[in-house]
Amino acid sequence: MTEPVSYYGRPIVKEPVWKPEIPTYFFTGGLAGASATLTLAARLAGNDVLARRALLVNTAAIIVSPALLIKDLGRPMRFLNMLRVFKVTSPMSLGTWIVSASGTASGIGATCEVLGILPRVKAAAETVAGLLGPFLSTYTAALVSDSVVPVWHGARRELPFVFAGSSCASAGGAVAMFTPCAFAGPARRLAVVGAALELAATKAMEDRLGDLVGEPYHEDSGGMYAKAAKAATAAGGLLMAVAGRKRLGAIAAGSLLMAGAACQRFAVYHAGKQSARDPRYTSIPQRQRRSTAKSPPTSARPTTSHAT
Amino acid sequence: MIAEPDGQGSYPPEERERRVGFFTDTSVCIGCKACEVACKEWNLLPEDGLVWTGHSYDNTGELNANTWRHVAFIEQDKPIAVQDAGVGHDFRWLMSSDVCKHCTHAGCLDVCPTGAIFRTEFGTVVIQDDVCNGCGYCVTACPFGVIDRRESDGGMHKCTLCYDRLEDGLEPACAKACPTESIQFGPLDELLARAHGRVDELHEVGVDDARLYLADGDDGVGGAGAFFLLLDEPEVYGLPPDPVVPTRDLGEMWGAAFAAGAALVAGVAAAFIGGRA
Repeated sequence: MTEPVSYYGRPIVKEPVWKPEIPTYFFTGGLAGASATLTLAARLAGNDVLARRALLVNTAAIIVSPALLIKDLGRPMRFLNMLRVFKVTSPMSLGTWIVSASGTASGIGATCEVLGILPRVKAAAETVAGLLGPFLSTYTAALVSDSVVPVWHGARRELPFVFAGSSCASAGGAVAMFTPCAFAGPARRLAVVGAALELAATKAMEDRLGDLVGEPYHEDSGGMYAKAAKAATAAGGLLMAVAGRKRLGAIAAGSLLMAGAACQRFAVYHAGKQSARDPRYTSIPQRQRRSTAKSPPTSARPTTSHAT
Repeated sequence: MIAEPDGQGSYPPEERERRVGFFTDTSVCIGCKACEVACKEWNLLPEDGLVWTGHSYDNTGELNANTWRHVAFIEQDKPIAVQDAGVGHDFRWLMSSDVCKHCTHAGCLDVCPTGAIFRTEFGTVVIQDDVCNGCGYCVTACPFGVIDRRESDGGMHKCTLCYDRLEDGLEPACAKACPTESIQFGPLDELLARAHGRVDELHEVGVDDARLYLADGDDGVGGAGAFFLLLDEPEVYGLPPDPVVPTRDLGEMWGAAFAAGAALVAGVAAAFIGGRA
């Protein structure tokens, strides 16, 4: 007789209540973060044509982010309650501050850029946004890994690299689409490097999760999005490398990379939900851990005597 | 022994009460569900549908935003220690009243981004409904699947260990209503001593399966304010076999996020340097 994995096959942990706004935000936030850093680097390198495009892509992506986050709340009117504490044990708390600061900086930078005013304020704003960019792109991976959802917590070492790669691929791709080819070299290279990192980190993540816990990345919606993400990212990266110097090629490659990055976040989202719903992913690894651990949570004492 | 819970140390000593909790002794649970009813009534919880699950006498199913005590019923073809079930073959019926564990290291409290979830002066974990904005992060951080969002008000809800009753020196409604003292309320140190004695007593009369769950400060949640005496593996009751608070690995997660951020910066830098070469 096989041991039961749960109570009437019911889930042991609760399925996340987050709606598709959340993976959409993971995409827009990642895009915004990497393009903010690209903006700062382009400015430092003296490539103002590229910096302007990257700044506008960054601002467009960060503007929709708070709206997505607020819409997902059970009580949207109370969004501001997020700003009454600052907690390092809560990646969501830290993230809210990062989004708020980075979004404000990007908004100021873009306003100055479009109106052509206050160059020093603009430089300061771009610097703040550029330095926060890497955190904006990767904290969301820490956010989901800080959970009991098996595919998320199990991939806590790899997931931030998946998000970093995916952010670079989408930001490089998006900025290359809007920038004259002669100035877009760094964006194209960032896109290719990002796509390679995304694919490599995804592979490492699936290897880490293993056959059992990694199943949701090969089944149902999680599997579908994971497959689409890999295909679009690989195709986009290749196309950017071979045809990115032509505007049409850059547009096609950039679109593929953005689609790949979005699918990647939806794969993580759906695989997470699937892995919480099925008690096997919680029960079986824990049971294995318990049988090898020194102090199990159940402390059965040795039997002293038997009544007959 | 179980350590001082995270966060209670922030109370000045004169305001701090002795840590209290539940010892749920499932070996004497008779499945009457008085705890479920008393909890619903006292806490004014909405009904969650009159449905037949087909799972023995359990038509409640799970703990969620509207159910803070849940009685599980498990039918097994196993003997009841030395007794005769009287049905011609080995048979036993396990019943267990589940509840929020009020963990020593509480994931829900750690990740709550509004500070709505806090540690009370009694060492229990409570959600302030007027602060909670329904972000749902606590749902993903609970190793036991206790917290959930209530659709009618968008907020997160779970057992408060009857915080209002404790303030008035009363015991929680479920413990008050339990007719067999399967649910025992009291100072945690007293309950733990009693629970260990009870396990020994059961072992002596031949109930070898008896074991305590979450009564050990070395487990993944640092022991719990609500612990249990079980007669089978935890997963049989729908409880995780080796629960770990996700924030235990916080350093690793922030470290990985920081390293990945550094990789992003390196990628951007390489994109510019590569072009000049």
